[in-house]
Amino acid sequence: MKSYNWLLFIIFMLIQRIGIAQGTIDMAETMRSNGKIYVVVGVISIIFLGIIIYLIRLDGKISRIEKKINNTAE
Amino acid sequence: MFQETKSRSWISKHWWKATGSILVLYSIIAGLLGEVPVLPILHESVRNLYFHVTMWFSMLAIFSYSLYYSIKYLSKSNIKDDINAEKFANTGILLGSLGVVTGSLWARFTWGAWWVNDPKLNGAAISILIYFAYVVLRNSMDEEQKRAKVAAVYNIFAFVLMLVFVMVYPRLNQVDSLHPGNGGNPGFSSYDLDKNMRVVFYPAVLGWIMIGIWISRLSARAEAVAYKQMTISTNNKIDKNDEIL
Repeated sequence: MKSYNWLLFIIFMLIQRIGIAQGTIDMAETMRSNGKIYVVVGVISIIFLGIIIYLIRLDGKISRIEKKINNTAE
Repeated sequence: MFQETKSRSWISKHWWKATGSILVLYSIIAGLLGEVPVLPILHESVRNLYFHVTMWFSMLAIFSYSLYYSIKYLSKSNIKDDINAEKFANTGILLGSLGVVTGSLWARFTWGAWWVNDPKLNGAAISILIYFAYVVLRNSMDEEQKRAKVAAVYNIFAFVLMLVFVMVYPRLNQVDSLHPGNGGNPGFSSYDLDKNMRVVFYPAVLGWIMIGIWISRLSARAEAVAYKQMTISTNNKIDKNDEIL
């Protein structure tokens, strides 16, 4: 029994260390558990898609002007 | 990639714009919801990797395009290439500035200050200033061909300087960086980049490069149209061999 004491001590220390490591680092667990992180993802996605739609429209507009200019040049 | 011809289908013309948008959208969703390593100091802010670091990677790609067009201008003297070089440089400056600002915000909450004396920060700031000088230099000249030529030569110079300040200077042994892999190597392989992060980060870089090209091309096309209209309205005879658009 006595010869295993050091092993138990090391295992105990390791468990304690892991516990400390996990306990001290804050991640956004509340946001994720109550589901509100999805609202943030939604908002950012909508903003990004809005910018992309703007770029698509701008692309189309420039294409039309290019066509017009090329027709008058010929 | 950018040659506009009538015979090509819609998909072959626009696939990369759609791909870029989808990749960045994926990086926003997966980047905010996906698994990230639990690290001290960084906490959830490690997700900034998908948004802040991608700015630098795409900036490098966009400046490379600008360099490509500048070299092409010097060999072909086509004003279209000069317009492309300028617009790509502008987009690169935009991405770089966003990288500096987002990095500053991130530094405030991880390193404790808006600006720290870090070789990567200073190198990046100097690089952006070098490209500001490119814009100022290009706008300071009126004569078209001369402006294009001087700007193209300076652009090559600026690109090499930018590489030195962003890629070489932070890797010198004497300088220490707070960035990951500090003390000589700011390289990426040394990042605590685990498998979960790689599958979001690399698509995000690719997506932002494509969107950067898209923005630059829109800007360049608008400029080229304005240029062509100017040459028509002033009744300059357009040589058919020297097509502008």
